[in-house]
Amino acid sequence: MYHKTLSYRIFSICNNIFLTVISIACLLPLLHLLMVSLSSTAPANAGLVTFWPIGFTFEAYAKTFDNANFLASLWVSVERTVLGTALALVVNTTAAYALSKETHVFRARNVYLWYFVVTMLFSGGLIPGYILVLKLGLMNTLWALILPGLVAVFNIILLLNFFRGVPKDLEEAAFIDGAGHLRTFFSIYLPLSLPVIATVSLFMMVGHWNSYFDGIIYIRDTEKLPLASFMQTIIVQADMSKLDPEAVANLSQRTIRASQIFISALPILLVYPFLQRYFVTGIVVGAVKE
Amino acid sequence: MEANLSEQAKDSTVRRSKRKKGRGQPWILHFMVLPAAVMVFIFSYIPMSGIVMAFQDYKPALGFAESPWVGLKHFQYMWENDYFLKITGNTLFFACTKIIMNLIVPFVFALLLNEVRKMALKRSIQTLVYLPHFLSWVTLSGILIDMLAQTGLINQFIVYLLGTKPIFFLGDGNWFRFTVIVSDVWKEFGFNTIIFLAALSGINPALYEAAEVDGATRWKQTLHITMPSLVPITIVIATLALGNVLNANFDQIFNLYSPLIYQQGDIIDTFVYREGLLSGQFSFATAVNLFKSVISLILIAVSYRLAYRFAGYRIF
Repeated sequence: MYHKTLSYRIFSICNNIFLTVISIACLLPLLHLLMVSLSSTAPANAGLVTFWPIGFTFEAYAKTFDNANFLASLWVSVERTVLGTALALVVNTTAAYALSKETHVFRARNVYLWYFVVTMLFSGGLIPGYILVLKLGLMNTLWALILPGLVAVFNIILLLNFFRGVPKDLEEAAFIDGAGHLRTFFSIYLPLSLPVIATVSLFMMVGHWNSYFDGIIYIRDTEKLPLASFMQTIIVQADMSKLDPEAVANLSQRTIRASQIFISALPILLVYPFLQRYFVTGIVVGAVKE
Repeated sequence: MEANLSEQAKDSTVRRSKRKKGRGQPWILHFMVLPAAVMVFIFSYIPMSGIVMAFQDYKPALGFAESPWVGLKHFQYMWENDYFLKITGNTLFFACTKIIMNLIVPFVFALLLNEVRKMALKRSIQTLVYLPHFLSWVTLSGILIDMLAQTGLINQFIVYLLGTKPIFFLGDGNWFRFTVIVSDVWKEFGFNTIIFLAALSGINPALYEAAEVDGATRWKQTLHITMPSLVPITIVIATLALGNVLNANFDQIFNLYSPLIYQQGDIIDTFVYREGLLSGQFSFATAVNLFKSVISLILIAVSYRLAYRFAGYRIF
């Protein structure tokens, strides 16, 4: 057996150490951020904090949660994530069910499928999309953040591939008992597809939470900006023109910036264990289909 | 009475068979696709028709109907513009380097991870390396701007260890390119190993057993069994990546760049955003975007054709 030879053992130990170091390197930036946010202002500004807090304090978090702009944005992000994911689930799963039918059951299936896939391959681009949102009167509303991306064709394909794997006998039995398509969809397909639906909805939630660009181009009022856009404006672009003076004074503090970044990433870190459990199946179903 | 019963039974079988036929009725299926189809029509197909503005001098006040037609003026301007050639070069550089690095690093990482026998360790490593993929570029660039600053963590280490001056990571063109590539690989390599790990788990163990009997070392097994087994999926990924050679990742560049390094860091997508939405050159920006979309479309079509031809890959 090869793994009993000395050279393989040495390799194995080195390999384990090497991979452990690499994987810790994936966590270090986040850890550093957290430690800065938990330190007092002076050592943080002087750049003394590395991977352990100096002068441990929750002051930065207290100030962040005192900031009305930040709280408003946090709430907008929650709203768009919940509403956007719920609506998208309804629209995408029903469409995926219909498209998972064979052509002899649903003759228009291939036409619809191409109709959707074309939008994956080609789009009008940034400016026509912007003008459309403007003309529809969605500017500066929550709907501008939800409706344009409501249908995600990739998710529909993921779902329909899964629906196709549901045994046909179950569906036959339901039809014989007098169920229609809607009933079959709700009582048979949905309960059997919970893993893939969980995957897709987690992807949608992460997508909504992380999405910042739509907020930047469609939302004008600071209190309606979702958190990711808010962070992008004040931290990345360092554009303070939209904030009140007190908030600006706070942001010059490195600890407060760090605490805001950390809070905005926290929901992702919290759902991550669940996400990880499901996405491997999802990705594999979508990518290496035989 | 008896007649009545049999009548009823007959009635119900008739009804049942009618229902059975009824399930073929597609109207309810049309109804189920309808919401998605309508949304796609409004938010994807209508903007596609807006592409006509690339051939106009579009003025928001005049609309599509009234704006004057100018033919290929914007495309001509684009081609005569040295800056456009520069950003196309930048885009190709970023996209191609990332594609290559994001194939090699995950490939090697998957091979190494495959040698880890302790399942608990393997799973912990996976959990950590997949994580950055889910963080947004806004979050990451917030962290990077802080860490790469003149007095940031990284420069402190560099000054301390090498005794050199701090490096201007986001303010110097070449270092900016370096930072973009490294941070992208750092964010995505873990997630990209998933597909290789899936392929690795599909290798028939009998192959290894046979090699063992023939006295092959683990390295020989890796060279002659594991690596060849990964070739098909690598070809598929590489071919499909062809459609992305003009996608340099807007989110990353947009959140890291600054006017200081436009010469080496600006890409087509960020240029379209600035020209279109910040400078109000709607038509010119749309023309640039249309050029990019058309090239990408052709490349995607070619790459899927090739992936199907060489590896029998289909999306559905």
